[in-house]
Amino acid sequence: MEQTLHAQHDHYDPEASKIGMWLFIFTELLLFGGLFIIYSVYRYLNHEAFHLAAAELDTFIGAVNTVVLLVSSMTIAMATSAVQLKNYRLTLLLLGITVFLALVFLGNKYFEWGKKFEHGIYPGSDYLKENFSQGEILFFGLYFVMTGLHALHIIIGMIFIIWVMVKLARKKIHSERYVLLENSGLYWHLVDLIWIFLFPLFYLIT
Amino acid sequence: MSNEKHHIVPFRIYVWVLLALLLLTSSSIAITHIELREYTVAGALLFAVIKTFLVMYYFMHLKFDKPYIRLMVGAVFALFLIVIIITFLDYLYR
Repeated sequence: MEQTLHAQHDHYDPEASKIGMWLFIFTELLLFGGLFIIYSVYRYLNHEAFHLAAAELDTFIGAVNTVVLLVSSMTIAMATSAVQLKNYRLTLLLLGITVFLALVFLGNKYFEWGKKFEHGIYPGSDYLKENFSQGEILFFGLYFVMTGLHALHIIIGMIFIIWVMVKLARKKIHSERYVLLENSGLYWHLVDLIWIFLFPLFYLIT
Repeated sequence: MSNEKHHIVPFRIYVWVLLALLLLTSSSIAITHIELREYTVAGALLFAVIKTFLVMYYFMHLKFDKPYIRLMVGAVFALFLIVIIITFLDYLYR
């Protein structure tokens, strides 16, 4: 019984796949962790400048994006339950909502960055060099690198989820074989986790 | 192996976790409007840590996974914490 089952299927080991995904997530945590340490050290050394520079950021947009990511995290977590319940329509819908919310996040980010660029605040700009102190320039450098790297992860996460949706529509992912969906969820939650720290560190300094 | 029963998390648990996360987010915004000086950062970070725990425990299924995955995650966070402590020991006592 067991052997015929194995002969029919190609190699599929959900537990090993999950461990692999977690190991990858650990490298991501340490990548962003390193950036967070750089941020903390510079903030410690340039206390006042960081407070001044952070006043330029819009807490409201940051808060909206936090809510957007938290809701999208819930919808993709629900998708894992929905696929186990064999409700594939709902799974697709929940994944679709997640991708849509990711787009909303990126749209917000686009307008937010656009406004900064309009005001002459971007890495290496003359306006920044002439009007701001060294510490404030450091703050904006870290802001663009860290939120930029995070936005790149959002884009990769979106592509990952869309790929999962295609496989789901083609019945390659189903209630007995859904580790890829689970792993895309893990990746998406990681993106959410990083934002949970980016938000207070960049937007909530008063 | 494949007969292993998978725990299906009910939707309402996810809704409750989301509500808790939203509440914590608004609390962390509210706390920055109170004059606490250096404790403001500590407060906002504390809320972020609680949120991280909720996301990892429920959304990332650590609660329902085998214990060794929790152990691995704990080890990575311990490593990260050690690196932070060593870095700040260096900067604080220069």
